[in-house]
Amino acid sequence: MKFVDEFREPGVIGKAAEEIRRLADPAKHYRFMEVCGGHTHAIYRFGLKDLLPSNIELVHGPGCPVCVLPMGRIDDGLSMAQDPNVIFTAFGDMMRVPGTHGSPLEHKARGMDIRIVYSPTDALKLAQKNPDRHVMFFAIGFETTAPSTALILMRAKELGLSNFSVFCNHVTIIPAIRAILDSPDMRIHAFVGPGHVSTVIGCRPYEWIAKNEGKPIVISGFEPVDVLQSIVMILRQLKAGEAKVENQYTRVVPWEGSKAALRAMAEVFELRPYFEWRGMGFISQSALKIRDGYAQWDSEQRFQIPGVRVTDPKAAQCGEVLKGVLKPAQCKLFGKECTPEKPVGALMVSSEGSCAAYYSYEHRKASALTSIGAPV
Amino acid sequence: MLPKIRFRDPQIEMAHGAGGKASRRLVEGLFAPLLFGSSTEPLGDAAFLSLNGTSIAITADSFVVKPLRFNGGSIGELAVNGTVNDLAVSGARAQALVVTYVLESGLPTEILEAEVRAMAGAAERAGVRIAGGDTKVVEHGKADRMYITTAGIGLPIPGVTLSAASVRAGDKVLLSGPIGDHGITILLARGELDLEADLCSDTRSVLPLVEALARVAAPGIRWMRDPTRGGVATSLNELARDSGLGVVLNEETIPIRDAVRGACELLGLDPLHIANEGQFLAIVAAEHAEAALQALIESPGGSGAKIIGEISQQPAGTVLGATSYGGTRVIDMLVGDPLPRIC
Repeated sequence: MKFVDEFREPGVIGKAAEEIRRLADPAKHYRFMEVCGGHTHAIYRFGLKDLLPSNIELVHGPGCPVCVLPMGRIDDGLSMAQDPNVIFTAFGDMMRVPGTHGSPLEHKARGMDIRIVYSPTDALKLAQKNPDRHVMFFAIGFETTAPSTALILMRAKELGLSNFSVFCNHVTIIPAIRAILDSPDMRIHAFVGPGHVSTVIGCRPYEWIAKNEGKPIVISGFEPVDVLQSIVMILRQLKAGEAKVENQYTRVVPWEGSKAALRAMAEVFELRPYFEWRGMGFISQSALKIRDGYAQWDSEQRFQIPGVRVTDPKAAQCGEVLKGVLKPAQCKLFGKECTPEKPVGALMVSSEGSCAAYYSYEHRKASALTSIGAPV
Repeated sequence: MLPKIRFRDPQIEMAHGAGGKASRRLVEGLFAPLLFGSSTEPLGDAAFLSLNGTSIAITADSFVVKPLRFNGGSIGELAVNGTVNDLAVSGARAQALVVTYVLESGLPTEILEAEVRAMAGAAERAGVRIAGGDTKVVEHGKADRMYITTAGIGLPIPGVTLSAASVRAGDKVLLSGPIGDHGITILLARGELDLEADLCSDTRSVLPLVEALARVAAPGIRWMRDPTRGGVATSLNELARDSGLGVVLNEETIPIRDAVRGACELLGLDPLHIANEGQFLAIVAAEHAEAALQALIESPGGSGAKIIGEISQQPAGTVLGATSYGGTRVIDMLVGDPLPRIC
């Protein structure tokens, strides 16, 4: 398959892995954070950790939009769906995220009109097809998905569509990276930077990480060759004593980002003064709010929202895992009370959540490999 | 003594019917203790009964697919092939089916007629008689047009005895052809994705292929399964659990069409979790594996067959995927319905 197979070619993967082993100084211990949940998934899906020397540690970052959404926002969204006139729509990832009284999927099983859409456009079409009902789109995601939400809001305004609104939970990646770097228990040497977010925002917004923090960051694609090549590029920078923003994912990410996407976002959204992130608390200017010019299509302005704040279950250590302080399996609930089937924390829900990825691909593997005599 | 009910889920959700972990929990935790008594046999696709000294296989399956018709097949064909296949992979040749229709009031007769014709055609191709049935009609809005249930009986294919317990380390994992065609075809046929691909459901009777396999390798066939809901990953995890052995797949040898791979990449699905309706997995003793593979490849519809892995002592109870560049991953059962990821 074109654009996939060449980035999974065993010969090229082998060469990149060899180059990593050559560049890594055995006397050092490296901690690299892959910011994006897509990278976490790829690392487990393709068993890339097996190819890295043991002194390179990959730390999973906060770039999984489902995972960072606090439970209160899910409860808020579901409270709107109590109204029998409302059709609640969301991406598939959201469906198993637990709210206080169950996930959207469980609410659906109890008879609420909750539907999976694959794009915000589908939600808009649903509103056009059901003029007697109100269609609410539960919008989540970083800058990757925010432009498409912006475009349907512009479209809804253009059409004067009165039975459609967006419950906006879009967040932005840079403040989250800053919060991680500010966290005292954090010792990260470099970043594998977000790929698809950067398609929109470009590479410039990361420059402070290199300049002020002195950490290399390489914007990376999601195939095995991409991730390994990005690690090669990081190691080369570290070896040369440099800290730069580099773009490995040039086939998709333009240095300047997408002007059209940024324009659409600026038209529709403004920054919230602060927003709560699961496990990380309130981060200032880290999320998007719908501008007053689009208030009519803003669920938060149209509906009475309880504004629920729910603390995470005490025993769950989502925050520590999210910041990379703990590995998924070090959480007390991992694989016991908290599994992909019955997730306690959101990290266990999305395939991009580090706990779910770890559970699906890595859990049992260490013991499995030991038992067949392979190096772990 | 009262049977022990272990099923604790407060309500039934879609996942309980998706063929993965939740389905297994329901069957083993609620149905088995109340209905199958103290039998501790692993649950297969069909049950063998001894009636007046004759061994008979029996199975039943319900079909609720939406849309009713799709590229390469329809609910009527599935209803025949699904039951014939459940018997075939249990080592039995289907002899007769009975059919139950649950119809929604208001269903156009032409739609029903098309499905009855589809069933007649599929039954003729599969060489099985439809011996009777029943019809129920429910109010408009209480069913999604039509549901079909078929039950079938079959006679054992001579020389074939299957069980997870007979599987040994070193046995080979055979797969009859490319996977994921059916599940992805249905997903695309629902029209919600605005994706188009030149893809057909693989629905067919696998009995001719099973019989071709049995002719050359009957004593070496240990276990078979048609990887329908939950896909290859779920079937092999059941085998790993029931046998207490490991399954190591060579991921690059698993046949998957580009259109299926492409759709899975876009939607964030794993082809190993996608449903098939015309393929089967067979665990075959190493010394019979090459002959078995050749027999499949030379049979009509079997040219895509591959050996995709091996049974190993360890990791016990686990399915592992290995790649030629040295990466490995645990391949788990399907959890819930496959959900697409968003970015």
